[in-house]
Amino acid sequence: MGVVENLRQNAASSGAAARLREGGATAGRGVRTGLERMHDGWARLPRGARIALTVLLVILVYLLPLIRPPVITTQQIDFGGVMFGVAALALVAVGLNIVIGYAGLLDLGYVGFYAIGAYTTGVLTSLHASWPFFLALPVAVGVTMFSGLLLGWPTLRVRGDYLAIVTLGFGEIIRLAVTNLGWVGAARGIKDIPHPPNIGPDPEPPFGTGGLFNIPALQWDGLVPSLDTGRETPFLVFGAVSAVPYYWLVLSFLILILFADRLVKDSRVGRAWEATREDEDAAELMGVPTFRFKLLAFALGAAIGGLSGSLYASSQSGYINPQSFPLLLSILFVAAVFVGGAGSRWGAVVGGTLVAYLPERFREFADWRLLVFGLALMILPVYRPEGLVPARRTLRARAADKEIEHLEGRDEAPRQVV
Amino acid sequence: METTNEHGRRILEFDDVTLRFGGLTALDSVTFHIEEGEILGMIGPNGAGKTTAFNAITGVYQPTSGQVRFLDQSLAGLKRHAITKRGIARTFQNIRLFRSMTALENVLVGADSNHSAGVLSALFRTPKHRREEDEAHTVGMELLEFMGLASRADELAANLSYGDQRRLEIARAMATGPKLLCLDEPAAGFNPQEKVQLMELIRRVRDRGFTVLLIEHDMRLVMGVTDRIVVLEFGKKIAEGTPAEIRDDPAVIAAYLGVDEDAS
Repeated sequence: MGVVENLRQNAASSGAAARLREGGATAGRGVRTGLERMHDGWARLPRGARIALTVLLVILVYLLPLIRPPVITTQQIDFGGVMFGVAALALVAVGLNIVIGYAGLLDLGYVGFYAIGAYTTGVLTSLHASWPFFLALPVAVGVTMFSGLLLGWPTLRVRGDYLAIVTLGFGEIIRLAVTNLGWVGAARGIKDIPHPPNIGPDPEPPFGTGGLFNIPALQWDGLVPSLDTGRETPFLVFGAVSAVPYYWLVLSFLILILFADRLVKDSRVGRAWEATREDEDAAELMGVPTFRFKLLAFALGAAIGGLSGSLYASSQSGYINPQSFPLLLSILFVAAVFVGGAGSRWGAVVGGTLVAYLPERFREFADWRLLVFGLALMILPVYRPEGLVPARRTLRARAADKEIEHLEGRDEAPRQVV
Repeated sequence: METTNEHGRRILEFDDVTLRFGGLTALDSVTFHIEEGEILGMIGPNGAGKTTAFNAITGVYQPTSGQVRFLDQSLAGLKRHAITKRGIARTFQNIRLFRSMTALENVLVGADSNHSAGVLSALFRTPKHRREEDEAHTVGMELLEFMGLASRADELAANLSYGDQRRLEIARAMATGPKLLCLDEPAAGFNPQEKVQLMELIRRVRDRGFTVLLIEHDMRLVMGVTDRIVVLEFGKKIAEGTPAEIRDDPAVIAAYLGVDEDAS
């Protein structure tokens, strides 16, 4: 009876392991109920209400730097500029999430793509030509995408740690290249990169604001708001007066990319990425051309990095130099993805937001920032390994799990074959 | 040891295949074929080369010498995903599902192999994209139902019970629409009753028009479900024939049944 007995034992122990796993999941549930409940409630709302609420929320997010809510608003530096940085990092995180979160490719040199996007824009609009911004932008995205293909073609044949190291090197190579290439300005960088085009009359020097009309910001006396006419945003002038229009532009791109991300994720392409991430060999044997899909993820991620870089180049200062693209920025991008929850679109947005915003809000603790950041990065994986906003499907699966448990009255139903 | 051709044409020919890893000869001039619509069992003690033969068929390994032909075409040099597209799908001895995807999504990945909609189709929700998504979902849900997994469609593969995971693997492989379905010890870890039920399931899989190559450890099970059996030992084919022929084959009895632990 040796063989049969053995198999029986195997079956029994694997069953026990499954139960153990389920038990673990149950224990972890308490922590996440808030998010889960929010999601359930959201799903129960009628479609019209959901759309209305979404639109309201989007308007609120657009107006945030004008509303200047107390507590949230940064006091020491321009809140509009901070919000621009927040939206830009969220955009980067969403792009990098495609590479790391969906396709499972640890890219530690994402800043390289960001730099290529920024430099392409700088070169085309200021240094060697004077293209208008909106012509340079798509070219920058295209060039970055192509650079993603170029880098991915040889390197995506290696896996895991090797890829991380190769991409890490790529980021540094780009930085060193632009530091040493006179043609792209070397250490001096590129200045006078034109801003996006204004809507309405341009501002007249020295003190004109231009634009169609001015939008005042709010100021708060405790909880009482009043109009702050000293802090107006001309609609729509990309100039020195207000950083808010730049924020609006990046935010618009972010929303656009989020839509696109959702459409692609919910398709054959998104599934192929996830399958590749989960088990590359199995995916390949199920008919997924894994190399092609990895390359695609790499190229799309690079394109979004390039988009963000291009927007950064034409931001308020209109100036970039090699120091704008340090290795640390790559690490920050990766941190944003993991803090939010790799593989989760909204996680990337939340992660990017936190990583960009918190250091600006707590500038008074500047000396402690990195320490706190490091601690948070250590604590997070222990208590919330899926990130702050885990992928939605994880929630859905958990709900289904619960339902089935409920139906089964928590008794394990007899296992049936067929 | 040719059997009468009661099924169809030969869809797979495993022609004089030798596979060496350094000094180890995992397969030594092994020749067999699979006929359309049959269940071919492949048995042999541990280390006999069964899984290696599988890997040679599905493109994981390239034969050192010899040839694998599928539908009269050589599979040499084909990428693994291309072999799947030609119509060979497999399951794994140790379950290899996409654990953090749902059961349905696992099957969808299989069904996707017949489709070609890319990023642009997805972005613009073209008719092609919608047609393929519908088709994949229909095929996927139908297969889950067939496997008795429909109620678990939205559960993560990792959260499924062991038996459900095994069945999901078969469903995922079937979703690629294969002409040849290779099952690598699908009953491993099952108790005897579950094994019998699984064999019944495999028979129904065949009745749906799939040709099945089945690796199985348990002699009695293989006898019950297969049309023909190939026996491997130490990388060599030692017998081939109907279950009845195999049962009486002295070489098999000596090599396989003779060392069966049940007899000791």
